[in-house]
Amino acid sequence: MSQPILEMRRVSKSFGALKVADGIDLSVNPGQSLGVIGPNGAGKSTMFNLVAGVLPPDEGHVFFDGADVTGKNMAQRCRDGIGRSYQIPHPFEGMSVFENLLVGARFGGAMPDDEAYAVSMKILTETELLPKANALAGTLSLLERKRLELARALATQPRLLLLDEIAGGLTEAECQSLIATIKGIRDTGVSIIWIEHVTHALLAVVDSLMVLNFGMKIAEGEPREVMESREVREIYMGLDADA
Amino acid sequence: MTDMSVEKPGASVSRATRESKIALPILIVLVVFLAAAPWWAGRADMRLMVEIFYYLVLAQMWNLLAGYAGLVSIGQQAYVGIGGYMLFIGTVFLGVHPLAAVIVAGVAAAILALPSGALLFRLRGPYFAIGAWVLAETFRLIFAQVSALGGGSGMSLPTDIVRSIADGRSAREAVVYWTALGLAVGSVVAVYYLLRSRFGLALTAIRDNEEASGSLGVNAWMTKFSIYIIAAFVTGMTGALIFLQKLRISPDAAFSVNDWTAFVIFMVVIGGIGTIEGPIIGVIVFFVLREFAADWGSWYLILLGTVAIVVMLKAPKGVWGYVAERWGLSILPVARRLDLNSVLDPSRKSRH
Ligand SMILES: Nc1ncnc2c1ncn2[C@@H]1O[C@H](COP(=O)(O)OP(=O)(O)OP(=O)(O)O)[C@@H](O)[C@H]1O
Ligand SMILES: [Mg+2]
Repeated sequence: MSQPILEMRRVSKSFGALKVADGIDLSVNPGQSLGVIGPNGAGKSTMFNLVAGVLPPDEGHVFFDGADVTGKNMAQRCRDGIGRSYQIPHPFEGMSVFENLLVGARFGGAMPDDEAYAVSMKILTETELLPKANALAGTLSLLERKRLELARALATQPRLLLLDEIAGGLTEAECQSLIATIKGIRDTGVSIIWIEHVTHALLAVVDSLMVLNFGMKIAEGEPREVMESREVREIYMGLDADA
Repeated sequence: MTDMSVEKPGASVSRATRESKIALPILIVLVVFLAAAPWWAGRADMRLMVEIFYYLVLAQMWNLLAGYAGLVSIGQQAYVGIGGYMLFIGTVFLGVHPLAAVIVAGVAAAILALPSGALLFRLRGPYFAIGAWVLAETFRLIFAQVSALGGGSGMSLPTDIVRSIADGRSAREAVVYWTALGLAVGSVVAVYYLLRSRFGLALTAIRDNEEASGSLGVNAWMTKFSIYIIAAFVTGMTGALIFLQKLRISPDAAFSVNDWTAFVIFMVVIGGIGTIEGPIIGVIVFFVLREFAADWGSWYLILLGTVAIVVMLKAPKGVWGYVAERWGLSILPVARRLDLNSVLDPSRKSRH
């Protein structure tokens, strides 16, 4: 068996009395794509913040590619190969869409200028943002901002991509095109962790699924089995699984 | 300030704008015209212009700190003061030529900024601002204790050192004038190239969203710290220049929060924070108001306050921010434009 690209070992985090990560153990293999579901406030985005280095854990360790990265800041982890998108888009509003990607390519991807230009342009084409390349990011619609989150993370050339709810609010056609894009990324060998409430989109892409509730991992495994497990049905009881 | 087009398979990036191409020769002529001022301007006008130039430098530096790195400091007078005192220490006690002492002053300010910055960077937001001010006050109190530097009442630059600047009063004033002009033009050009570089890309990202810059691989702490040191270096040189013109220093004048920070904040905010053009406009507005209200006494400060409030309410991005947004102008462009014509229609590429 190959070495996991990401490992979380008994990672815990509290905000005051609120425990948002409760001894999370997780292992993601190279090329694996993992879906994450759970109710609002379960601690899903917090888990990303712990992996990406936005927040230090209270306890436990994060390993990336076999090395302990718990003490590294988010810039170092990005350069190591962890790319992330934010649930609430964090664009550089006063910079053009193209320049937003350049930041990722020049710093996270450590590329020289011309390579960063070429890579950014390629990603803009793939994410259908090319016509907006010179628009200031502050002028984008919410959907375009979400797409920018994905494009910018890709510009860092990640080996592990963390996607936080990028399918919400899309039309069916847009959703299908997003699914195709993410499948394309997956097929290049990038490992993916995708938090998503739009479960049908998630299930079209991921090869395993985990469930978080109150900061605890309560189920993990083959997506269909997890969806049909008692734990998930209890959490989502009375809720449409696709809502 | 040339147009750099990078031709790459499929990616052609340009940086100049139409207005920047028009403005460049005008700016060069303006600088040449200003450089000739000793031949056409009167003594009082030249003194005024020196003052305008050093405020331009201070405004550019404060804008880099607050407008880009998010370091809202009300303590930059610390480096004006240190620079000013280093001029006196360097020339009187170390025998350095006054012009060389200007550079020594910058270096000294940058060196002192290393521990000061490391300390202040533990503080965030308003605590950083207040911390910087407390630090500047501490420096003021320390310099007031040094009797060799005249203690609280300060000292004058000895006449033999004043003479060593140049022979005769008008030659001396011309040298001070050119030094000020050089610092002003140099700082604008340096900021321009800095912002166009890789470092500037990081700085602009930090300006817009510090957390996101980190998650895209930008070492925000190091970038901000570097800016703090650079600003201290340039502000220190400016401090030396200011007191080379005044020929007299005291702790209160050297570390004045009003003169070296409050007015500078006014200029940057009025002109347009987070742009290169903004501080230039702000300095002009400030001096126009000051000349206009020269005899108003304390009403002059009330005028400044009123202008500040009106601009902040009506055009929160400042005069330049408003103009640039309204007409899409960029005189000193730092952005990178992707040439979409060549991308979307490759046949047009050959026309370059
Ligand atoms: N920086 C913070 N400080 C304090 N509390 C926080 C912070 N970040 C998140 N929380 C709280 O932690 C809990 C978990 O938040 P988190 O964003 O991880 O949930 P989530 O599973 O992503 O939810 P959603 O599906 O709504 O995005 C929430 O109650 C939230 O209010
Ligand atoms: Mg969330």
